[in-house]
Amino acid sequence: MDTNIVRRDFLKAGGIGTLFVSAFPLAAKATPDDAMQAIEKIIGAKTPKDERVNLVLTEIAENGGTVPLKVSVESPMSPEDHVKALHILTDGNPLPEVASYYMGPHNGRAFLSIRLRLLKTQNVIAVAEMNNGDSYIGRKNIKVTIGGCGG
Amino acid sequence: MAKKNIKPRVRVPKKLKKGEIFEVKTLVTHPMETGLRKDKKTGKTIPREIIRTFSATYDGIEVIRADWHPAMSANPYSAFNVVAGNSGPMVFTWIDDKNNSYKKEVMINVVS
Repeated sequence: MDTNIVRRDFLKAGGIGTLFVSAFPLAAKATPDDAMQAIEKIIGAKTPKDERVNLVLTEIAENGGTVPLKVSVESPMSPEDHVKALHILTDGNPLPEVASYYMGPHNGRAFLSIRLRLLKTQNVIAVAEMNNGDSYIGRKNIKVTIGGCGG
Repeated sequence: MAKKNIKPRVRVPKKLKKGEIFEVKTLVTHPMETGLRKDKKTGKTIPREIIRTFSATYDGIEVIRADWHPAMSANPYSAFNVVAGNSGPMVFTWIDDKNNSYKKEVMINVVS
């Protein structure tokens, strides 16, 4: 008798599990680990320093479909010392990458303004690659009330 | 074949001084279909169709280049800075998944 009850509970639990999965066919969201892997793919097995990169985002986005983001990196943008690439990623969207911008001294300031989609509350991450091989990272958490990936 | 409903827009300051850092604002009308959405009636996944790359040249020199992913919002907006050099054209190019390209040209007027 005891084993039967256990079996029944087990089946019930299994059933709930299946329901959950089928209700979210696109539940394969990027995790913070995926975001870290995407960063490693871009800059290699280096640890970017947590400084110099500033993200400006609203704290709460009511519409995740179009969220304004401003990113700036402290850099003289001189031929000797400049940001050569600025990568934008997230850790809770179906795919971690958002955009990669390639820039140089002719930009004068390492600055970007874009609008992105956010599925849920998560971190927006910016990684700056310098011309000397150094890299810097900045991140900001944002609350999203209505997701914008249309899943 | 370029679609008719894709409209690039660019805004730059009217007059600039040499050496001045100015902001370039760009926007292109495009649905940026992520390839993750499903058609509610047929249940089929709507194929991905996004603008993949964006670039700009100023006086013949590339000043910015970007790779975009589906997390860029529909009608993607992009603004960046450029140092004013000589008067000359700034040419913007957007290329989508089907290799259609959309171009826009503006004049940069530098008064010394």
